[in-house]
Amino acid sequence: MSSVTVSTTVNGDAVQFVCPADEPLLDVLRNRLGLTGAKEGCGTGDCGACSVTVDGTLVCSCLVLGAEVEGREVETVEGMADGDELHPLQRKFIEHAALQCGICTPGFLIAAQALLEHNPDPTEKEVRYALAGNLCRCTGYDKIVKAVLDAGKEMRKAKSSKKR
Amino acid sequence: MKYESPKTTKEAAQLLAKAKGEARVLAGGTDLLVQMKSGAVEPDLLVDIKRIKATQEIKKKDGAFEIGASVPGMALRDHKALSKAWPGVVEAANLIGSDQVQGRCTMAGNLCNASPAADSVPALVAAKAKAKVVGPDGRRTVPVEKIPTGPGSTSLKKGEIIESISLPKRPARSGDAYLRFIPRTEMDIAVCSAGVNLTLSPSGVIKDARVAVGAVAPTVVLANKAAKAIIGTKLDDEALAKLAKEVEKVCSPIDDKRGTIEFRTEVAGVLARRAAKIAYERAGGK
Repeated sequence: MSSVTVSTTVNGDAVQFVCPADEPLLDVLRNRLGLTGAKEGCGTGDCGACSVTVDGTLVCSCLVLGAEVEGREVETVEGMADGDELHPLQRKFIEHAALQCGICTPGFLIAAQALLEHNPDPTEKEVRYALAGNLCRCTGYDKIVKAVLDAGKEMRKAKSSKKR
Repeated sequence: MKYESPKTTKEAAQLLAKAKGEARVLAGGTDLLVQMKSGAVEPDLLVDIKRIKATQEIKKKDGAFEIGASVPGMALRDHKALSKAWPGVVEAANLIGSDQVQGRCTMAGNLCNASPAADSVPALVAAKAKAKVVGPDGRRTVPVEKIPTGPGSTSLKKGEIIESISLPKRPARSGDAYLRFIPRTEMDIAVCSAGVNLTLSPSGVIKDARVAVGAVAPTVVLANKAAKAIIGTKLDDEALAKLAKEVEKVCSPIDDKRGTIEFRTEVAGVLARRAAKIAYERAGGK
């Protein structure tokens, strides 16, 4: 297996790593960069627990090779909070108790963030469809959907008060 | 395994042509990386085509669209002119997987993965799409239905890759639609499917049509007799019944727990009827 040397940006930081050519980005993040927020559920793109964004596009990091992110911008759940201040989605997940074991949560947060960036005011149905690529085996989704809708509401309010 | 990400299609074709052992094209990777993980495919060379400019864009020229081979499903959805001209094609591509998968999966990959259940392929076949193929000896243009030859196999020769898929100029009063049957609401693989593309005369009579069905044969099938059944009609009940019957005749599906032969055959006809109705409405027919 030949190795590749990759220079990329992860959560705004310039990063370099060497990995085998067939190593998934998920393994690079977890085992080489120490970012263990993204989780491996299925490893085949079905469960969404490894969700990250690459150049702003939501992807499963198990279905991206580390070699592919040369020069790209990768965002993971570790980059969501602003210092000690949690992202509104993170706060709302806690407030609504939208998690139990927590394995799926980083993926849900990243997918929900991607949704709200694309569509700041989604309907419940749109939230459910947008999060269909994230599986949770504990909560039954209802609290997750409520948390996302509530976070969207708060983010819209914050945005409109900034405009004024 | 070696990983290469060339900047031109020609370079990519040359890398593939001179590769020793198993060589694979990587676009979205939503099929390939899963196959590699399971050990079904063990490539010695991966050629990533996403850094090739010609594969990255959706171009509109003289009413025709050219969709690069590495354009993901999400970019199709976000392209307003394409979604307006070819709603059936875009909807079909967008049915594949989750938003995460849509960020990566491509129509060219869906075509080359050569699954009979590929969602975008019946819509592309109905749309009369053509694949621009680049190989070590030059270029050729191939109707998309000629690319898959059976489950997992294609007519592409060693070193050949698809650079883009083109959709022809749309005559006035045209519409297309794609429907599939799955036992869930989404995130599933078609049990059977149908794509219909048609053009109407000013009086609302169908003057041109193409019908393609998926997951009911080793490849997606272009059903010419089914199309003929609705040409010259205003899609009355009789024409729809004939359409379904002709669709049923081209079906030779597998029998498995997801759908029996009888079920797939009958439902393919039903889906073709419903897709034809949607396409007819989209073309402005009443």
